[in-house]
Amino acid sequence: MALDNFHTSVKHTFLQEVIAATPGGEPRLELCLQCGTCGGSCPSGPDMDFTPRHLFAMIAAGMREDVLKSNTPWLCVSCYYCMVRCPQEIRITDIMYTLKRMAIREGFYRESSASDAPDFSETFIDFVEHYGRSFELGLATRYHLKHHPLGMFKMAGLGLNMLLKGRMDLKPNRIEHLDQLQAILNKAKELEEKQDRSRYRNEITQPQS
Amino acid sequence: MTHRYAYYPGCSLEKNARAYHVSAMVVAEKLDIELTEVPDWNCCGATEYFAIAALPAYALVARNLALAESMPTKGDGRHLVAPCSACFLNLSKTDHYMTESPDLAAQVNEALAAGGLHYDPGSVFVRHLLDVIVDDIGYETVMDRVEKPLFGLRVAPYYGCLVTRPDYNHIHNEPEHPFCLDDLLSALGATVIDYPVKTACCGGHMTQISEDTALELIRRLLKSAADYNADIIVALCPMCQLNLDGYQAQVNKHFGTDYHIPILYFTQVMGLAFGATPEEVGIGKEFVDARPALAKIQEELPDGGEKRRKRRPPKQALPMPGMMRTHGKTG
Repeated sequence: MALDNFHTSVKHTFLQEVIAATPGGEPRLELCLQCGTCGGSCPSGPDMDFTPRHLFAMIAAGMREDVLKSNTPWLCVSCYYCMVRCPQEIRITDIMYTLKRMAIREGFYRESSASDAPDFSETFIDFVEHYGRSFELGLATRYHLKHHPLGMFKMAGLGLNMLLKGRMDLKPNRIEHLDQLQAILNKAKELEEKQDRSRYRNEITQPQS
Repeated sequence: MTHRYAYYPGCSLEKNARAYHVSAMVVAEKLDIELTEVPDWNCCGATEYFAIAALPAYALVARNLALAESMPTKGDGRHLVAPCSACFLNLSKTDHYMTESPDLAAQVNEALAAGGLHYDPGSVFVRHLLDVIVDDIGYETVMDRVEKPLFGLRVAPYYGCLVTRPDYNHIHNEPEHPFCLDDLLSALGATVIDYPVKTACCGGHMTQISEDTALELIRRLLKSAADYNADIIVALCPMCQLNLDGYQAQVNKHFGTDYHIPILYFTQVMGLAFGATPEEVGIGKEFVDARPALAKIQEELPDGGEKRRKRRPPKQALPMPGMMRTHGKTG
């Protein structure tokens, strides 16, 4: 992009931020031509504050707060319909994950109608980080007790059936080299933190390569 | 010829989808497939870790790729088979993006190095169990192993999302209307029904996040299978199986419907066709009992099969006209 060659302190646009925060190759978000295929394909689109297409227009318009406060990324089911149909081959699903991460980092998710959703993911990975494997009973109990304690009764039926059918463990399983996994994850977090700090300074102080 | 693969069961196959694992082992034995579990594999992070952090999420998956890469191998290349669609997606996505982006690969490897590991992107071929059976084993071999064909059983093949989308390694090249599972089930003698939503989403973890959204998606799948008179739905992902099976009662309660469609893994019906007993392939673990539907399997092709065969046109009949191009109008 033309802005890449500027040597002065120029603020990144929100669009550039979202693109830069999506690792693994070109997200191509700047190529969105607002065709609406993604919004029309999305299974949970009707329940979103803004369809993916609408959200991308808002990102291009720099409407940072409104985007990160929306429930849109949290309702993404990761079905990849949008991604395989997008005529511009935009990595839509990956961008939804980026928006989730940004919404958590900046706290905006608390004002969305899906404010419980991040906690589900965080509880899930908490168990993974402590055992190396996911732990469904722990996840369901902790998450629902915290967010829908009354809804627990509804869940209890399925939960009990799963236990009776032998489809759920009472205790978590632990991998052998948990310390190895934790060392890897801690290093990854450290590297990502470093990257975020330089990205969120929001200024270019040296030429982009 | 024995086909050998590294095997990544994933967290679900340990307990919730134990029937999938057990039946996969039965099928592997019958098809001379050797599956060696990746030693000390960890959770792939499902759809959760990427929501919190990117690089740690890739590193979490990459540890498994690194462990698979260092397993002793026989034959060409290290093929890593995942039966769970979400695990398959995460493994192939991580490998694919590390290949596409040297920056990402360098960072992931820096993280792996903290654990004494390293992964060269592209050195492990990530496969889904369905594709291994369809592409490496083939329909002919499957048909040869069938001892108890599933005659008379109307089966709705349910692919879910992540096997054919986004298909990073271009294995299926058919994101929305694949037929490989259909053909596999036909090879077992079942009556396969074609229905419009076979790759529509089951809702994934939305059952926890936004229950109404998920129940509607699950309802649509059940309705379509029922509309086309399916006896059972065959799945290839633990999440799909749980959503359609475990939440079927809730769908009925929420919408006032009365579905009783059992959801089995494709390896379970394969095992049955290969002559295994229902217990050997984990029948009985499902919430919607599969046994009434399985009782419909007949000894021979149902009579309707004969009548459905097309009659050859008489030799004197006029040839069928082809489509003529129309000017101006578009489809």
